[in-house]
Amino acid sequence: MADKIKFELVSPAKLLISSPVDMVIVPGTEGDFGALAQHAPMITTVRPGVIDVHDGGKVSNRIFVAGGFAEVNEERITVLAEEALPVADITHDMYSARLQAAKEALADAKTDGARIAAEQLLSIAQAMQAAAPRH
Amino acid sequence: MKMVAASKLRRAQTAAESARPFAERMERMLGTLAGSLAGQSGAPRMLAGTGKDDVQLIVMVTADRGLCGGFNSSIVRNVKQLAGQLLKEGKTVKILPVGRKGREQIRRDFGPHLIEGFEGLGRKGISFAEADQVATRITQLFDENEFDVCTVVYNRFQSAIAQVVTRQQLIPFPVPAEGPVKADAAAKALYEFEPSEEDILNSLLPRNLAVQIFRSILESQASEQGARMTAMDNATRNAGDMINGLTIKYNRSRQAQITKELIEIISGAEAL
Repeated sequence: MADKIKFELVSPAKLLISSPVDMVIVPGTEGDFGALAQHAPMITTVRPGVIDVHDGGKVSNRIFVAGGFAEVNEERITVLAEEALPVADITHDMYSARLQAAKEALADAKTDGARIAAEQLLSIAQAMQAAAPRH
Repeated sequence: MKMVAASKLRRAQTAAESARPFAERMERMLGTLAGSLAGQSGAPRMLAGTGKDDVQLIVMVTADRGLCGGFNSSIVRNVKQLAGQLLKEGKTVKILPVGRKGREQIRRDFGPHLIEGFEGLGRKGISFAEADQVATRITQLFDENEFDVCTVVYNRFQSAIAQVVTRQQLIPFPVPAEGPVKADAAAKALYEFEPSEEDILNSLLPRNLAVQIFRSILESQASEQGARMTAMDNATRNAGDMINGLTIKYNRSRQAQITKELIEIISGAEAL
Protein backbone atom coordinates (compact mmCIF):
# COMPACT_ATOMS: atom_id res chain seq x y z
CA MET A 1 0.00 0.00 0.00
CA ALA A 2 1.19 3.44 -0.87
CA ASP A 3 1.68 6.20 1.66
CA LYS A 4 -1.29 7.62 3.44
CA ILE A 5 -2.56 11.14 3.17
CA LYS A 6 -3.44 13.13 6.24
CA PHE A 7 -7.08 14.12 6.11
CA GLU A 8 -8.27 17.07 8.16
CA LEU A 9 -11.88 18.11 8.32
CA VAL A 10 -12.42 21.35 10.17
CA SER A 11 -15.64 23.12 10.98
CA PRO A 12 -15.73 26.60 12.51
CA ALA A 13 -16.58 25.10 15.88
CA LYS A 14 -13.89 22.44 15.99
CA LEU A 15 -11.46 20.09 14.34
CA LEU A 16 -13.69 17.17 13.38
CA ILE A 17 -11.33 14.67 11.88
CA SER A 18 -7.59 14.49 11.69
CA SER A 19 -6.29 11.11 10.67
CA PRO A 20 -4.19 9.46 7.99
CA VAL A 21 -6.26 7.71 5.31
CA ASP A 22 -5.71 6.07 1.92
CA MET A 23 -7.80 8.34 -0.24
CA VAL A 24 -10.36 11.10 0.06
CA ILE A 25 -12.94 11.90 -2.61
CA VAL A 26 -14.07 15.48 -2.41
CA PRO A 27 -16.92 17.11 -4.32
CA GLY A 28 -15.08 20.06 -5.85
CA THR A 29 -16.98 22.85 -7.57
CA GLU A 30 -15.57 21.78 -10.90
CA GLY A 31 -16.02 18.08 -10.36
CA ASP A 32 -15.24 15.44 -7.79
CA PHE A 33 -11.63 14.63 -7.24
CA GLY A 34 -9.78 12.00 -5.32
CA ALA A 35 -6.80 12.98 -3.26
CA LEU A 36 -4.09 10.43 -2.57
CA ALA A 37 -0.70 11.00 -1.02
CA GLN A 38 1.68 12.94 -3.26
CA HIS A 39 -1.16 14.87 -4.83
CA ALA A 40 -0.15 18.07 -6.59
CA PRO A 41 -0.80 21.15 -4.42
CA MET A 42 -4.10 22.77 -5.14
CA ILE A 43 -6.81 24.88 -3.58
CA THR A 44 -10.41 24.52 -4.59
CA THR A 45 -13.89 25.39 -3.49
CA VAL A 46 -16.18 22.56 -2.42
CA ARG A 47 -19.83 22.28 -3.40
CA PRO A 48 -22.47 20.75 -1.13
CA GLY A 49 -22.07 17.01 -1.30
CA VAL A 50 -20.51 13.97 0.24
CA ILE A 51 -16.88 13.36 1.08
CA ASP A 52 -15.91 9.71 0.79
CA VAL A 53 -13.04 8.63 2.95
CA HIS A 54 -11.35 5.47 1.70
CA ASP A 55 -9.24 3.54 4.10
CA GLY A 56 -8.14 -0.07 4.25
CA GLY A 57 -9.63 -0.89 0.85
CA LYS A 58 -13.15 0.27 1.63
CA VAL A 59 -15.13 3.44 2.24
CA SER A 60 -14.55 3.98 5.92
CA ASN A 61 -16.47 7.19 6.37
CA ARG A 62 -18.99 9.25 4.44
CA ILE A 63 -19.50 12.84 5.49
CA PHE A 64 -21.94 15.37 4.16
CA VAL A 65 -20.57 18.92 3.82
CA ALA A 66 -22.52 22.03 2.96
CA GLY A 67 -19.76 23.55 0.88
CA GLY A 68 -16.44 25.00 1.86
CA PHE A 69 -12.84 24.95 0.74
CA ALA A 70 -10.20 22.31 0.29
CA GLU A 71 -6.46 22.64 0.29
CA VAL A 72 -4.39 19.74 -0.93
CA ASN A 73 -0.66 19.26 -0.87
CA GLU A 74 1.71 16.30 -0.87
CA GLU A 75 1.14 15.30 2.73
CA ARG A 76 -2.31 16.42 3.65
CA ILE A 77 -5.74 17.49 2.57
CA THR A 78 -7.54 20.09 4.62
CA VAL A 79 -11.25 20.60 4.13
CA LEU A 80 -12.79 23.69 5.69
CA ALA A 81 -16.49 23.02 5.93
CA GLU A 82 -19.07 25.28 7.45
CA GLU A 83 -21.29 22.39 8.23
CA ALA A 84 -20.42 18.74 8.28
CA LEU A 85 -22.24 15.67 9.51
CA PRO A 86 -21.97 11.94 8.90
CA VAL A 87 -24.22 10.75 6.08
CA ALA A 88 -25.72 8.12 8.36
CA ASP A 89 -27.08 10.86 10.63
CA ILE A 90 -29.11 12.59 7.95
CA THR A 91 -32.81 12.09 8.49
CA HIS A 92 -35.79 12.73 6.30
CA ASP A 93 -37.05 15.49 8.58
CA MET A 94 -33.74 17.27 8.44
CA TYR A 95 -33.62 17.82 4.71
CA SER A 96 -37.34 18.18 4.12
CA ALA A 97 -37.50 21.04 6.64
CA ARG A 98 -34.56 22.66 4.94
CA LEU A 99 -36.01 22.16 1.48
CA GLN A 100 -39.20 23.78 2.64
CA ALA A 101 -37.40 26.73 4.24
CA ALA A 102 -35.21 27.23 1.18
CA LYS A 103 -38.17 27.18 -1.19
CA GLU A 104 -40.00 29.73 0.93
CA ALA A 105 -36.92 31.93 1.07
CA LEU A 106 -36.62 31.68 -2.69
CA ALA A 107 -40.24 32.66 -3.17
CA ASP A 108 -39.85 35.62 -0.82
CA ALA A 109 -36.55 36.78 -2.26
CA LYS A 110 -36.84 40.28 -3.64
CA THR A 111 -33.26 41.32 -4.22
CA ASP A 112 -30.64 39.49 -6.26
CA GLY A 113 -28.58 38.92 -3.14
CA ALA A 114 -31.44 37.29 -1.31
CA ARG A 115 -32.23 35.11 -4.31
CA ILE A 116 -28.66 33.92 -4.60
CA ALA A 117 -28.59 33.14 -0.89
CA ALA A 118 -31.87 31.23 -1.15
CA GLU A 119 -30.66 29.28 -4.16
CA GLN A 120 -27.59 28.33 -2.20
CA LEU A 121 -29.74 27.08 0.66
CA LEU A 122 -31.81 25.10 -1.79
CA SER A 123 -28.81 23.47 -3.39
CA ILE A 124 -27.51 22.51 0.06
CA ALA A 125 -30.87 20.99 0.94
CA GLN A 126 -31.04 19.12 -2.36
CA ALA A 127 -27.53 17.79 -1.94
CA MET A 128 -28.50 16.65 1.52
CA GLN A 129 -31.51 14.86 0.16
CA ALA A 130 -29.39 13.16 -2.46
CA ALA A 131 -26.87 12.14 0.16
CA ALA A 132 -29.41 10.77 2.62
CA PRO A 133 -29.33 7.03 3.19
CA ARG A 134 -32.05 5.11 1.35
CA HIS A 135 -34.61 3.45 3.53
CA MET B 1 -22.23 33.71 40.87
CA LYS B 2 -18.53 33.20 40.89
CA MET B 3 -19.03 29.46 40.66
CA VAL B 4 -21.50 29.87 37.84
CA ALA B 5 -19.08 32.09 35.95
CA ALA B 6 -16.29 29.60 36.57
CA SER B 7 -18.20 26.74 35.00
CA LYS B 8 -19.33 28.92 32.12
CA LEU B 9 -15.78 30.07 31.67
CA ARG B 10 -14.59 26.53 31.23
CA ARG B 11 -17.17 25.93 28.53
CA ALA B 12 -16.48 29.22 26.74
CA GLN B 13 -12.78 28.62 26.88
CA THR B 14 -13.11 25.19 25.31
CA ALA B 15 -15.28 26.67 22.58
CA ALA B 16 -12.79 29.42 21.88
CA GLU B 17 -9.93 26.97 21.76
CA SER B 18 -11.64 24.47 19.51
CA ALA B 19 -12.48 27.22 17.05
CA ARG B 20 -8.84 28.07 16.58
CA PRO B 21 -7.86 25.31 14.10
CA PHE B 22 -10.41 26.49 11.56
CA ALA B 23 -9.35 30.11 11.79
CA GLU B 24 -5.71 29.18 11.58
CA ARG B 25 -6.13 26.97 8.53
CA MET B 26 -8.28 29.53 6.83
CA GLU B 27 -5.65 32.14 7.46
CA ARG B 28 -3.00 29.87 5.98
CA MET B 29 -5.08 29.23 2.88
CA LEU B 30 -5.88 32.89 2.52
CA GLY B 31 -2.25 33.80 2.96
CA THR B 32 -1.30 31.45 0.13
CA LEU B 33 -3.98 32.86 -2.11
CA ALA B 34 -3.51 36.49 -1.24
CA GLY B 35 0.22 36.22 -1.67
CA SER B 36 -0.18 34.99 -5.21
CA LEU B 37 -2.60 37.75 -6.07
CA ALA B 38 -1.06 40.64 -4.14
CA GLY B 39 -0.30 43.68 -6.18
CA GLN B 40 -2.44 42.59 -9.09
CA SER B 41 -5.16 44.92 -10.21
CA GLY B 42 -7.78 42.18 -10.28
CA ALA B 43 -7.76 41.68 -6.52
CA PRO B 44 -11.24 41.74 -4.94
CA ARG B 45 -12.30 44.84 -3.07
CA MET B 46 -12.36 43.12 0.28
CA LEU B 47 -8.65 42.50 -0.09
CA ALA B 48 -7.58 45.63 -1.89
CA GLY B 49 -10.01 48.00 -0.18
CA THR B 50 -11.86 50.85 -1.81
CA GLY B 51 -8.74 52.91 -2.11
CA LYS B 52 -9.88 55.36 0.55
CA ASP B 53 -10.24 55.33 4.29
CA ASP B 54 -12.80 58.10 4.75
CA VAL B 55 -15.56 56.12 6.36
CA GLN B 56 -14.54 53.88 9.21
CA LEU B 57 -16.72 51.15 10.63
CA ILE B 58 -15.96 49.99 14.13
CA VAL B 59 -17.44 46.69 15.26
CA MET B 60 -17.59 46.74 19.02
CA VAL B 61 -17.92 43.37 20.72
CA THR B 62 -19.17 43.56 24.30
CA ALA B 63 -21.36 41.51 26.60
CA ASP B 64 -25.11 41.60 26.93
CA ARG B 65 -24.91 41.60 30.68
CA GLY B 66 -23.07 43.58 33.29
CA LEU B 67 -21.54 42.58 36.60
CA CYS B 68 -18.25 41.69 35.05
CA GLY B 69 -15.93 44.39 36.29
CA GLY B 70 -14.21 46.56 33.74
CA PHE B 71 -14.94 44.19 30.90
CA ASN B 72 -17.41 46.33 28.98
CA SER B 73 -16.01 49.69 30.02
CA SER B 74 -12.54 48.90 28.77
CA ILE B 75 -13.90 48.07 25.32
CA VAL B 76 -16.06 51.17 25.29
CA ARG B 77 -13.16 53.33 26.41
CA ASN B 78 -11.00 51.93 23.64
CA VAL B 79 -13.67 52.47 21.01
CA LYS B 80 -14.27 56.03 22.21
CA GLN B 81 -10.58 56.75 21.97
CA LEU B 82 -10.35 55.25 18.49
CA ALA B 83 -13.47 57.02 17.30
CA GLY B 84 -12.32 60.33 18.76
CA GLN B 85 -8.99 60.03 17.04
CA LEU B 86 -10.57 59.17 13.70
CA LEU B 87 -13.03 62.04 13.97
CA LYS B 88 -10.15 64.39 14.66
CA GLU B 89 -8.56 63.22 11.42
CA GLY B 90 -11.72 64.29 9.65
CA LYS B 91 -13.06 60.81 8.95
CA THR B 92 -16.59 59.59 9.28
CA VAL B 93 -17.10 57.01 11.98
CA LYS B 94 -19.80 54.38 12.22
CA ILE B 95 -20.10 52.07 15.16
CA LEU B 96 -21.77 48.69 14.99
CA PRO B 97 -22.31 47.37 18.49
CA VAL B 98 -22.50 43.66 19.19
CA GLY B 99 -23.84 43.21 22.70
CA ARG B 100 -26.26 45.33 24.68
CA LYS B 101 -23.98 46.78 27.33
CA GLY B 102 -21.62 48.39 24.88
CA ARG B 103 -24.40 50.14 23.05
CA GLU B 104 -25.86 51.52 26.24
CA GLN B 105 -22.56 52.89 27.39
CA ILE B 106 -21.52 54.51 24.15
CA ARG B 107 -24.87 55.97 23.21
CA ARG B 108 -24.39 59.15 25.21
CA ASP B 109 -21.18 60.26 23.56
CA PHE B 110 -21.44 58.75 20.10
CA GLY B 111 -25.18 58.24 19.69
CA PRO B 112 -25.38 59.70 16.19
CA HIS B 113 -22.61 57.41 14.99
CA LEU B 114 -24.29 54.24 16.11
CA ILE B 115 -25.83 51.98 13.53
CA GLU B 116 -28.10 49.10 14.25
CA GLY B 117 -26.22 46.33 15.92
CA PHE B 118 -26.78 42.91 17.40
CA GLU B 119 -27.93 41.80 20.80
CA GLY B 120 -28.48 38.56 22.59
CA LEU B 121 -26.15 36.58 20.37
CA GLY B 122 -25.17 33.20 21.66
CA ARG B 123 -26.84 33.20 25.02
CA LYS B 124 -26.19 29.49 25.07
CA GLY B 125 -22.82 29.65 23.40
CA ILE B 126 -22.61 31.25 20.00
CA SER B 127 -23.07 29.23 16.84
CA PHE B 128 -21.33 29.93 13.60
CA ALA B 129 -24.65 30.75 11.96
CA GLU B 130 -25.11 33.65 14.37
CA ALA B 131 -21.68 35.03 13.65
CA ASP B 132 -22.49 34.65 10.00
CA GLN B 133 -25.44 37.02 10.42
CA VAL B 134 -23.10 39.71 11.66
CA ALA B 135 -20.69 39.05 8.82
CA THR B 136 -23.45 39.11 6.23
CA ARG B 137 -24.55 42.47 7.51
CA ILE B 138 -21.04 43.86 7.34
CA THR B 139 -20.59 42.50 3.81
CA GLN B 140 -23.88 44.04 2.81
CA LEU B 141 -22.86 47.43 4.18
CA PHE B 142 -19.56 47.15 2.38
CA ASP B 143 -21.22 46.32 -0.93
CA GLU B 144 -23.42 49.35 -0.52
CA ASN B 145 -20.33 51.50 -0.05
CA GLU B 146 -21.32 52.41 3.46
CA PHE B 147 -17.76 52.25 4.71
CA ASP B 148 -14.18 51.84 3.53
CA VAL B 149 -12.35 50.31 6.45
CA CYS B 150 -13.69 47.94 9.07
CA THR B 151 -12.06 47.32 12.43
CA VAL B 152 -13.28 45.03 15.17
CA VAL B 153 -12.58 45.78 18.82
CA TYR B 154 -12.93 42.91 21.25
CA ASN B 155 -11.50 41.42 24.41
CA ARG B 156 -9.02 38.69 23.61
CA PHE B 157 -8.92 35.94 26.18
CA GLN B 158 -5.53 35.57 27.76
CA SER B 159 -6.31 33.99 31.10
CA ALA B 160 -9.13 34.02 33.60
CA ILE B 161 -7.82 37.22 35.10
CA ALA B 162 -6.37 38.92 32.05
CA GLN B 163 -8.22 40.12 28.99
CA VAL B 164 -6.53 42.14 26.31
CA VAL B 165 -8.47 44.73 24.36
CA THR B 166 -7.63 44.00 20.75
CA ARG B 167 -8.20 45.95 17.57
CA GLN B 168 -8.18 43.98 14.38
CA GLN B 169 -8.67 45.27 10.89
CA LEU B 170 -11.05 43.11 8.88
CA ILE B 171 -11.62 45.03 5.67
CA PRO B 172 -9.47 45.43 3.69
CA PHE B 173 -7.95 42.19 4.86
CA PRO B 174 -4.37 42.78 5.90
CA VAL B 175 -2.12 40.38 4.01
CA PRO B 176 0.37 38.93 6.42
CA ALA B 177 3.58 40.13 4.88
CA GLU B 178 6.08 38.36 7.09
CA GLY B 179 6.23 35.20 9.10
CA PRO B 180 5.14 31.67 8.27
CA VAL B 181 3.35 32.62 5.07
CA LYS B 182 6.54 33.96 3.63
CA ALA B 183 8.19 30.63 4.20
CA ASP B 184 5.58 29.04 1.98
CA ALA B 185 6.55 31.30 -0.88
CA ALA B 186 8.30 28.51 -2.72
CA ALA B 187 5.30 26.23 -2.50
CA LYS B 188 2.94 29.01 -3.47
CA ALA B 189 3.95 29.05 -7.10
CA LEU B 190 3.09 25.37 -7.38
CA TYR B 191 -0.47 25.60 -6.19
CA GLU B 192 -3.22 24.96 -8.66
CA PHE B 193 -6.46 26.82 -8.21
CA GLU B 194 -9.82 25.50 -9.14
CA PRO B 195 -11.75 27.55 -10.21
CA SER B 196 -9.56 30.64 -10.61
CA GLU B 197 -7.75 32.43 -7.80
CA GLU B 198 -10.16 35.34 -8.05
CA ASP B 199 -13.22 33.12 -7.74
CA ILE B 200 -11.88 31.35 -4.71
CA LEU B 201 -10.85 34.59 -3.08
CA ASN B 202 -14.25 36.07 -3.76
CA SER B 203 -15.93 33.30 -1.83
CA LEU B 204 -13.18 32.84 0.72
CA LEU B 205 -13.00 36.47 1.87
CA PRO B 206 -16.59 36.75 3.10
CA ARG B 207 -16.18 33.37 4.80
CA ASN B 208 -13.02 34.59 6.42
CA LEU B 209 -14.85 37.65 7.66
CA ALA B 210 -17.44 35.42 9.29
CA VAL B 211 -14.75 33.29 10.84
CA GLN B 212 -12.91 36.28 12.24
CA ILE B 213 -16.12 37.65 13.71
CA PHE B 214 -16.96 34.23 15.11
CA ARG B 215 -13.57 34.02 16.71
CA SER B 216 -13.72 37.49 18.19
CA ILE B 217 -17.13 36.81 19.71
CA LEU B 218 -15.96 33.51 21.16
CA GLU B 219 -12.88 35.15 22.62
CA SER B 220 -15.03 37.91 23.97
CA GLN B 221 -17.40 35.46 25.63
CA ALA B 222 -14.60 33.58 27.28
CA SER B 223 -13.14 36.88 28.47
CA GLU B 224 -16.51 37.97 29.77
CA GLN B 225 -16.83 34.91 31.97
CA GLY B 226 -13.26 35.33 33.17
CA ALA B 227 -13.88 38.97 34.01
CA ARG B 228 -17.13 38.12 35.74
CA MET B 229 -15.49 35.42 37.77
CA THR B 230 -12.82 37.82 39.02
CA ALA B 231 -15.34 40.57 39.66
CA MET B 232 -17.65 38.26 41.57
CA ASP B 233 -14.80 36.83 43.58
CA ASN B 234 -13.86 40.36 44.61
CA ALA B 235 -17.47 41.13 45.37
CA THR B 236 -17.85 38.05 47.56
CA ARG B 237 -14.71 38.90 49.46
CA ASN B 238 -15.76 42.49 49.85
CA ALA B 239 -19.18 41.45 51.09
CA GLY B 240 -17.52 39.15 53.64
CA ASP B 241 -15.45 42.04 54.98
CA MET B 242 -18.52 44.20 55.20
CA ILE B 243 -20.44 41.51 57.07
CA ASN B 244 -17.63 41.22 59.60
CA GLY B 245 -17.57 44.96 60.13
CA LEU B 246 -21.32 45.20 60.44
CA THR B 247 -21.54 42.28 62.88
CA ILE B 248 -19.13 44.02 65.25
CA LYS B 249 -21.07 47.25 64.95
CA TYR B 250 -24.33 45.44 65.66
CA ASN B 251 -22.97 43.72 68.76
CA ARG B 252 -21.53 46.96 70.08
CA SER B 253 -24.75 48.88 69.73
CA ARG B 254 -26.70 46.00 71.24
CA GLN B 255 -24.44 46.03 74.28
CA ALA B 256 -24.66 49.79 74.51
CA GLN B 257 -28.43 49.51 74.51
CA ILE B 258 -28.44 46.91 77.31
CA THR B 259 -26.02 48.94 79.38
CA LYS B 260 -28.17 52.01 78.93
CA GLU B 261 -31.30 50.15 80.08
CA LEU B 262 -29.48 48.76 83.12
CA ILE B 263 -28.29 52.22 84.10
CA GLU B 264 -31.85 53.50 83.83
CA ILE B 265 -33.18 50.71 86.09
CA ILE B 266 -30.41 51.10 88.65
CA SER B 267 -30.69 54.88 88.79
CA GLY B 268 -34.48 54.54 89.07
CA ALA B 269 -34.04 52.14 92.04
CA GLU B 270 -31.52 54.45 93.71
CA ALA B 271 -33.90 57.41 93.47
CA LEU B 272 -36.51 55.65 95.58
